[in-house]
Amino acid sequence: MARAIVQVPAQAKRGEIIEIKTLIGHTMETGFRHNDRGELIPRDIIRLFVCTYNGVEVFRAELHPAVSANPLLIFPTVATESGTLEFRWTGDNGFSAVRSAKVEVS
Amino acid sequence: MISRRAFLAAAGGAALAAAGAPARATQAAVDEAVRALTGGAEVRKGRVKLDVPPLIDNGNAVAAVVSVDSPMTEADHVRSIHLFAPGNPLPVMLGVFLGPRAGRARITTRLRVADSQTLSAIAQLSDGSFWSDSVSVVVTIAACTEDR
Repeated sequence: MARAIVQVPAQAKRGEIIEIKTLIGHTMETGFRHNDRGELIPRDIIRLFVCTYNGVEVFRAELHPAVSANPLLIFPTVATESGTLEFRWTGDNGFSAVRSAKVEVS
Repeated sequence: MISRRAFLAAAGGAALAAAGAPARATQAAVDEAVRALTGGAEVRKGRVKLDVPPLIDNGNAVAAVVSVDSPMTEADHVRSIHLFAPGNPLPVMLGVFLGPRAGRARITTRLRVADSQTLSAIAQLSDGSFWSDSVSVVVTIAACTEDR
């Protein structure tokens, strides 16, 4: 299981814009590098990141090899209601990771 | 008889030729990627702010902040933001999809920049218009293609 960090404020006021920080451990092998025998190292990257808020998609990112190793994504969302944010990363070679965080909206 | 110096020069040249193949996307590839996004619509300058350091020491992790001047309401919001790098092996770097639920159009990430070039960000708004910003960067340690 890949290591991932998500940062979501535990509490927020209704309507407040909260900033979500996500970081996941992944080499993001570009597919353009060669190993020491001169062979091309096959691409192995995260292709897609999706964030849902109580089941509704609020943010999505399509990643390419130009995204650095250990992809960092920081994005805003409006705190509409108390509930769960789910973060899902999927990629090459069947890579998949899911994290979730709760936010309490008053 | 071949001298040691001549041999090394020849071997080095061959190695460079072998390694140098996919180093850059062509301008045509960038134009095609942009056209695939816009469908030929006009891309205007403005409203988008691409924030990357102009001088990059290490191209492997370049902090980038993209923000778009938008009220992010149901009627007027940013649909997506796309980053392009004509000097990378692949022209498309990242695409993010937002909506009125974002509240503010501002994202932060880290990118690989292969060479000194002009990076650009294109945002698609809910009315279907496209806006862009571009930044010229100078890179001292390249990313993507180096083998270590």
